[in-house]
Amino acid sequence: MGLAAGGLGRSSYGERLRGDFPILERTVHGQSLAYLDNAATSQKPDSVIEAMSRFYSASNANIHRSVHTLGEEATAAYEEARGKVRRFIGARKDSEIVFTRGTTESINLVASSWGGSRLRGGDAILLTEMEHHSDIVPWQLLAARVGCRVLVSKIERDGSLDLSRIEAEWDSRTRLVAVAQASNVLGTVNDVKALAALAHRRGALILVDAAQSVPHFRVDVGDLDCDFLAFSGHKAYGPMGIGVLYGREPLLEEMPPWMGGGDMIRSVSFELSTWNDLPWKFEAGTPNVAGAIGLGSALDYLEALGWDALVSRESALSAHALDRLSAVEGLVLYGSSPRRCPVFSFNLGSVHAHDVAQYLDRQGIAVRAGHHCAQPLMRALAIPAAVRASLAFYNTEAEIDRLAAALVGAARFYA
Amino acid sequence: MSDFEELYQEIILEHNRFPRGAAILDHVPESARLENPTCGDSIKVEVSPSPDGSSLSIRFESRGCAISRASASLMTQAVEGLGPREARALALSFIDALRGEAPLEKLDAMGDLVAFKGTAKFPARVKCATLAWHALLEALAVLPDGVE
Repeated sequence: MGLAAGGLGRSSYGERLRGDFPILERTVHGQSLAYLDNAATSQKPDSVIEAMSRFYSASNANIHRSVHTLGEEATAAYEEARGKVRRFIGARKDSEIVFTRGTTESINLVASSWGGSRLRGGDAILLTEMEHHSDIVPWQLLAARVGCRVLVSKIERDGSLDLSRIEAEWDSRTRLVAVAQASNVLGTVNDVKALAALAHRRGALILVDAAQSVPHFRVDVGDLDCDFLAFSGHKAYGPMGIGVLYGREPLLEEMPPWMGGGDMIRSVSFELSTWNDLPWKFEAGTPNVAGAIGLGSALDYLEALGWDALVSRESALSAHALDRLSAVEGLVLYGSSPRRCPVFSFNLGSVHAHDVAQYLDRQGIAVRAGHHCAQPLMRALAIPAAVRASLAFYNTEAEIDRLAAALVGAARFYA
Repeated sequence: MSDFEELYQEIILEHNRFPRGAAILDHVPESARLENPTCGDSIKVEVSPSPDGSSLSIRFESRGCAISRASASLMTQAVEGLGPREARALALSFIDALRGEAPLEKLDAMGDLVAFKGTAKFPARVKCATLAWHALLEALAVLPDGVE
């Protein structure tokens, strides 16, 4: 790995790290790939790809049930990955780390198991206007099931949350606040620590959707004092199909299983089955072992990189992007909160987002266009769709310059 | 021509800039609005039969990308003056050709609509080009009895 040993040297830092990501060497339409769609999924370093490949070529076996050597190795590797996740997010115990398919499944697990067993008609879940569909729809399904209410806190003009307003508008029957730590559209980073304190003062719990924050800065569940936290491996340089639900142990203990099957039981008879210990109670069926190993490897990569270096590099890229994008005539940027991660959503005059993205693709620049699984937010912003450029530490100032130049070209092309 | 240039041919860009048959259709009920939820495109199409019901006049109101707007615009040119039955047949042929359920070459016989041959190479954009035509089919389906 070409890790920068503590060095924060400007763009050369990004250039060195690029070598760790094989896909960044490819070309698209004859141009070198500028991958600016990291909020959708990040690219994977060699070390992650190799760790997964090594598992399948050397240790592949099912876990928790075989006494043979491969079975032992696979089980050890899977549980070792759980330990890496625990340390990475500052949880106290491995039993608080449940492997899922991703953020979506993690939130569904809480809605189904905690919500389904604890909430009654009239109770309320508080969301915000900037939530991703994965932090909206599971609560709507729950509401249809138990008769609870789904409340929504509006965002401010700059795309941030006003905590004093949330407190003033607090509904006394709110049982849980479910909120993104970072918006996948606005880039806003929410003060979930303060929100957790507020929720707890009012006797509610908090679930943090950390899908967009975990790749960009250190997230520590102890520091945040959150009750649940969900994130996906694939946005944090790990593989697709693996994610994490953190939950406080006493909460997880009291929650019923949400899926039944192998591995989640202690004993099964046709009269009565009893459940396995945490966290396996929530991991029915053969899990994504290679995915967990890949995720563990990705977290190793981030730890070796160091948060100081990563944050400083991404801040520099962010500042450069804000500078270049604001200079593009006709470009309207959504979200101007000073606390932000490197996610930039915008429209270019009256040109539709899909036309912009198609033009950029021809130049080898990958961005996302559409509603970003945040239709309520699109409605609040009164736009049908937006273009989104989302950065990672391996992006370069040169790529941002290419983006800005191509946007000028796109505006001219469609004018 | 590159795939991109085939997708955004000059005639498509021109119809996007200056759509024909575009109108404000506030009087058309919202229930008639057709939407593409993946990109937020939406369209209303209004077809008005002539007194004897033999030919149609057509207008649209849309919000969407260049492909969807140009498709609606070129659709009004192709459909204006056709009878309801011919309009329906044209819509079905256009949609089938773009979706690969009929040979793409069928577009060769559809005048300016041949410009959408390039869209078929971009599966994600086929729905942009066909949205207006689906709205046309729905508008035709609710024409009063006796208009065929």
